[in-house]
This record gives sequence, structure tokens and C-alpha cells, in this order.
Amino acid sequence: MEVQQSLWEFMAQQSDKLLSQTLAHIGLTCISLLIAVVIGLPLGIWIAQRNKAAWLVLGIAGVLQTIPSIALLGFMIPLLGIGALPAITALFLYALLPIIRNTYTGIRGVNPAVTESARGMGMSRWQVLFNVELPLAMPVILAGIRTATVINVGVATLAAYIAAGGLGEFIFGGIALNNSNMILAGAIPAALLAIFFDLLLSLVQKANVRKMRKVSLVLPILLLLLSSFYIFPYADAKMLGGFTPEFMGREDGYLGLKSKYQLNMPTVVISDAVMYKAAYEKKIDVISGYSTDGRLKAYNLITLEDDKSIFPPYYASPLVRKDVLTKYPELEAAINLLSGKINDSIMTDLNYRVDYLKQSPEKVAQDFILANDLYKKSKNGNKGVIRLGSKIFAEQYILINIYKALIEGNTELKVETKTGLGGTKICFDALTNNEIDMYPEYTGTGLLVILKPTKNDLAALSGSREKVFNYVQKGFDEQYNLQWLKPIGFNNAYALMMRKEQAQSLNIRTITDLKDYVSTDNHRH
Amino acid sequence: MIIAEHISKIFNDIKAVDDISFEVKEGETMVLLGTSGCGKTTTLKMLNRLIDASGGSISIDGKNIFDQQPEILRRTIGYVSQSNGLFPHYSVEENVSVVPKLLKWDKSKTRNRAQELLEQLKLPLEEFGHKYPDELSGGQQQRVAIARALISNPPVLLMDEPFGALDPITRAGVRKEFLELPELKQKTIVLVTHDVQEAFELGDHICLMDKGKIVQAGNAKDLILKPANAFARNFFDHQRLFLELSALTFQDILNIADADSAFQNNADNASLPEISAKASLWAGMEILSASSKDALIVRNDTLNISKIYTTSSIQEAYRILKQHN
Repeated sequence: MEVQQSLWEFMAQQSDKLLSQTLAHIGLTCISLLIAVVIGLPLGIWIAQRNKAAWLVLGIAGVLQTIPSIALLGFMIPLLGIGALPAITALFLYALLPIIRNTYTGIRGVNPAVTESARGMGMSRWQVLFNVELPLAMPVILAGIRTATVINVGVATLAAYIAAGGLGEFIFGGIALNNSNMILAGAIPAALLAIFFDLLLSLVQKANVRKMRKVSLVLPILLLLLSSFYIFPYADAKMLGGFTPEFMGREDGYLGLKSKYQLNMPTVVISDAVMYKAAYEKKIDVISGYSTDGRLKAYNLITLEDDKSIFPPYYASPLVRKDVLTKYPELEAAINLLSGKINDSIMTDLNYRVDYLKQSPEKVAQDFILANDLYKKSKNGNKGVIRLGSKIFAEQYILINIYKALIEGNTELKVETKTGLGGTKICFDALTNNEIDMYPEYTGTGLLVILKPTKNDLAALSGSREKVFNYVQKGFDEQYNLQWLKPIGFNNAYALMMRKEQAQSLNIRTITDLKDYVSTDNHRH
Repeated sequence: MIIAEHISKIFNDIKAVDDISFEVKEGETMVLLGTSGCGKTTTLKMLNRLIDASGGSISIDGKNIFDQQPEILRRTIGYVSQSNGLFPHYSVEENVSVVPKLLKWDKSKTRNRAQELLEQLKLPLEEFGHKYPDELSGGQQQRVAIARALISNPPVLLMDEPFGALDPITRAGVRKEFLELPELKQKTIVLVTHDVQEAFELGDHICLMDKGKIVQAGNAKDLILKPANAFARNFFDHQRLFLELSALTFQDILNIADADSAFQNNADNASLPEISAKASLWAGMEILSASSKDALIVRNDTLNISKIYTTSSIQEAYRILKQHN
């Protein structure tokens, strides 16, 4: 019950955002659906008479359908950038197959005796199409539109990754922030939308074939109406911020920028994976990056100085289950071999090699171990298995590959890696549920995402490296029976980043400079 | 009147219809008879240009059909497609009103005509007009399809296996109504069927087709008694006796034989069943088999004569007639 209540509280508190996200979600779904109907329906009609073209068109649409949705969005970015256009295009491509296929099947399924008698009575081709074939094929066509709608409501959540808005903003923000209420506030409306549209269209679809003439008039109007809900998340601002869902919801992120710096700028939510490139391509101007990210170097971005220290330290440390450390005491020593070996610039360079030079994390890890005389041949031991987890970004991949080599070279233990566990919440839950034994975590994340101290406790820590480390080590030990081992050395803190030449030309060096520029800019409007 | 001269249709190098000619006189019913794939349906569809002929000429009531736009042409020709082809999403009234709508008749004219026609077909508009095809029996659907073809009063009616989808009993019933429908008496009709009995019952003139050619053309009696070749002979073999007895009328045997004198002067004659001389021998034998009497009176009203026949005297006359042929 408690979860329920606080979920309601959350939704009530965020009702503005919830409404705008829901409307954007409906809008995204309907615009893409409308375009898919406008293109798919005539295409389906056209191929119904042409076998060769049908084979080709259905084949292409079928291939498009098999591309994983996140990959399809990925393909869109180089072509169409970020924002509404690539999202709508991707959704449109997904909706296309069911609509074309069902139009084709529906029209092919009309009793030939009926169309022939229509022609035999002297109806023209168009009259046959509009008075006979389309109304009779309508239940099948509607079934296709229904499938497409449900697919689109689901896939539209991913639009939040490329700054196109929708309920995905809450879902991905919630996953990143370990905030179940936020996840549910996005997931429940998305599920309800899917169910609602499915139900609505199933009713329309089951309506008597005799009423199809009315249906085929009402449906496009309804779609058009719903499409108008989509308010483009872009304001035509001079400075546009593109922040990850996680950053948007964090006290040491966007919330802190607003409260401590009074920074108020138009923002879009965007995935970490495309954010740097989008900044480089001038789709967005300010991003929430990580200070050791290799792409910082690759895309010629600079970090803005956090002159009011709102970003706490994020020192990376291995976070390990205590029962594993007790069972295999030799593990701790092997892991600690890396302690103090990687500073910020080394980490940025390692990340750069993976993110930009496209070297494999395994190779980068191997090179690092060799260069630092940490290499020992794997003992191929079978004393036990240690399961290493990682979040989905290069730095974590590199770190767990280094750990794998260290553990297998220095102990009789074997290592299994589970990469790509999404954000903090997924990794942390996997660890506490005994699905993995360790993963590299950052002190700041442990502090703010997992422990969530009160404002007073937080103030007492005052961004000090040692105090934060001691606080999280104690907290995790007591609450979760997890051990923070020695920090690796680098501080991968949040940082606001801008394109170097833009920052220099506007003379922006600190976040305060940015705030001053943005607020004067806003006054002009 | 329909005149088709040297028409052919070639599909992918295969001659579906191969240089055939025929003529259907005003008010006459011509049946295109044959097995599946013989080209009969293709021939029919060439008449309203549902299929365009590859060669030859066709004129209907003196007008070359190729001079007209196909849609406009079709609106002037009644058409009943295979398995009725009613629009499932249209009510009976809407179905029947398709052609008037295409011809832009005003609503009251359409409605009056629909009322008149459906009345004749025993489907009063008030009761059936708002019903949909799936709420009707097969026989009723077929009658709606016929009404739909007749509504604009076209002089020519084309029917493609019109009774094909019906069960044998319904089929016989609808066919009987069809024969009796006053609307149809003056129509020039071309009908396609593979059912020999149907062809014999409905056709004034029958074209037996095979492999795209007309094997033999003539009336039922010619076809059954004077087959042009082995194909024509074999075509009727499996129900020859029945067909022969159906094709021959009492008119044909009136002067050949009748019952023994013992029957001629029987006192009970007044109570014997009667039949017209135009009826088939089969119809006579059916009456005899259903009746308790051994004989029936055959009447020729034009010549004003009547004769008495028993089953055995019909058989005897039939035997003699066949020997003569």
C-alpha cells in the first residue's frame, strides 16, 4: 500500500510532466501511424494487383520490422539527427508492415465474385475500390492498424533516448535513478495507452461490416486529432540542453542546476549513447557528460567548471558482495591490485580508445595490464566462479575486463562477465539478488541513488572525497551487506559540457557563466 | 440481338476461345454448355467486356461493343455473376439499386422499380429491403441477384452459372420461378452452365463447347439425338435416357404411336390425368409414376386433338422414333 500511495503522490506531484509526456506519447504514436496509413494503405492497394511488386514491398517492410527498435533509432541518428523527426520516422517504419500487409491481405481476400459482379454492373475501377473492396477489406485493414498502434505505443517509449519525449522519459529516468515510482509513472500510462488503443480498435474492428463506411471516415479524423497532441519538445531557444533521463531527475544533476545555479534553460531528454555526437553536430548545445568520457576528447568538447560544487565526487570502486569476499579471501587482494592505478586522464584516454578509436574493451584492458606490469598468465583455476557485472558503457567494460584478467591471473577463481546490465538500478538489484558478485560503482552514485541521505547528512559530507567514501562504505555494509573496496583512482563526476568553439566565443567557462548567458538570452524573448 | 463473329481469346499463348461465331436472336435464351475450362465463361465475359476479346467482332442490338467505354456498356447489360456476387455490406435495396445509382436515376424512380421487381420475385421491398444478404436463404439471394441484373430493364442479360451455388432442390425451384418470370420473357439471355438438365430446361438454343470451340449448336433435341461427333455423343452419355426423354415432347410422338385400343375406349377416361403435348416425355412418365392410373391424356390445344398414353406406349413410340433417327 505504501508503494501505491507514494506512486500516487509522485504522479500527482509530477502531473504536469506526466500529462505532457502522455500527450507527446499519444502524439508520437498517432503522427507516425497516420503517416504509415497514408503511405501504407495506397501501397497495400497498389501491390494487391501486382504479385512481383507485392513480394518486393512486403519483403522490404518485413526486413524493416525485424530490426530491433533501439537499433533502428540508432540508424536514424546519422541520417536525421535527434528529436522528433528520427523518432517519427522510426515509428512510421515499424507501423508500415502490418498496415501494408493487412491492406494487401484484406483486398486479396475480397470474394472475387463480388468484385466481378461490381465490374459487371458497370462500376469503374475506383468505384469498385471505394464502394466494394475497401469497405469489405476494412476489418482486416483495421486489424493491421491495431497491431501497428500497439507496437508504436511500446516503441515510442524509446523515443526518449533521442530527445523526442514521451513516457520513456520517466521510464528510463526511473531505471537510471533507482526510482520505482518514476518507472511506474511512465510504464503504467504507457501500458494503459496500449490497452486502451487496442480495446478501442478491437471494438471498431468488430463493428459490423455494414458500418465500415462510417468507420473509414471517422478513423482518419480521430488520428489527425490525436496527432495534434504532439507538441514538439524543441523550443526555438538559442541554447538547448540535452540531458540523460538520469541527470534530469538527480539532485546532483538538473535539479541542483535549477536550485543552486538558478539555471533555467530549455532541455530535451536524450540517451547517453547519442548525446555527445548530438552536441558535436550542434543539435544540442549543453550536455550532461561524464568527466572521463573518451568522447569528450573525440568531439572536441570542454567541461564547464562547477563553481558552486553541486556535483559530488564520483570515485570508481569495485562494489562486492561480502559473502563472496568471505568465501574467497584471496579475491580482495587481486581486485585491489588495480587500486590507485588509473587517474582521470588515463581513464579518459582508455575510454577514448574504445569510444572513438573503436578498439575492443578487451584489447584496451589487455594493453593497460601489459603496460603496467600487472599481467599474469591465467591460472585456469576451477575453485569457484566470480560473476562480474557492468553497466552499459565503455568505462565499465574496460574495468571488468581488467578485473577479469587480474582475478584469473592471481587466484584459482574463474570469472564470468555479465555486461550490459543497463543502469545503476539494474546492476545494483542484480548484485543484491545474488545474480552477480561485483561491479564497478561510483561513490557519488552509491550515495545519491542508493543511500539517498537527508539534506543535512548530505551537507555534512560537503563533496569531500574521503567523507563520501566512508559514508557509502558504512551505509552499504550495514544496509546491504556489500563491500566497497579501495577506489581505483579516477573521479568520473558529472560535468556540463559544451562545444569548445561555442564556449570560447561566448566566453563561458563556468556554469555560472552559462546561467548568466542563458538568463540574459531569455530576457530578450 | 447479339452477333459474335470469329471471336477468340488468347491467354499466355493458350487459346481459351478459338474463333467462334454465334447469334442470339431477340428474346431468345442461349446456353453455353460445357465442362470447366472449355471457354464458355470467357465467351460470356467477352460480351460485356469483362474480358476483352483478342480478335473478332461483337455487336449487341446493332452496336459494336468495342465502340463503347466498357463501364458504360456494362451498365446497359444485365449481369449475374457466379455464386450471386451480392455485396455483403449492402442491404437488399442497396444491392438492387447499384445500377440505377450508376445511371443516376432519381431515388423515387429507383425505389418504385425495385418495389415492382422484388414483388415479382416474391421478396417484397417492405419486408426484405433492409435485410442483408447473409440474412437471406440461398434461393432468396439468387433472386436478389436476378433483380439487381434486371432493375434497369436491360434488353440483354448475361448469366454466369447463376444457380451454381444452390443445392439441387432450391436450384430446381429458383429455375422454375426464373422460367415463369414475366420480365424475362422478352429478354435476350446468354447463360453459362455445366449442368445439362439446366441447359435443356432453359435454353432455346444451346452451344456445346469444348477446348474453346463450339462443338455443336442447336436445340436440345438436335444435340441429344443428332450428335455432331464423338465428343457431343459422349457428353450426354451418363444420363442419356433421361435427357432424351426430357428433350422429346409428346408432339414428337403424337403421330407415331399411342395406347392400345383397350385404353382408348375405356369408360374411366374422363378421370385420367392430363398433360399438354408440349410437355416432355419425361414429364409424362413422372405423372404416370406418381398417379394411381395407368394412362394419361395428352392434349394438343392448337390442333384440338387429344390422345391417351400408357408407360409402355410412350416407350414404344420412343423406340420407334429413335429407329427413325
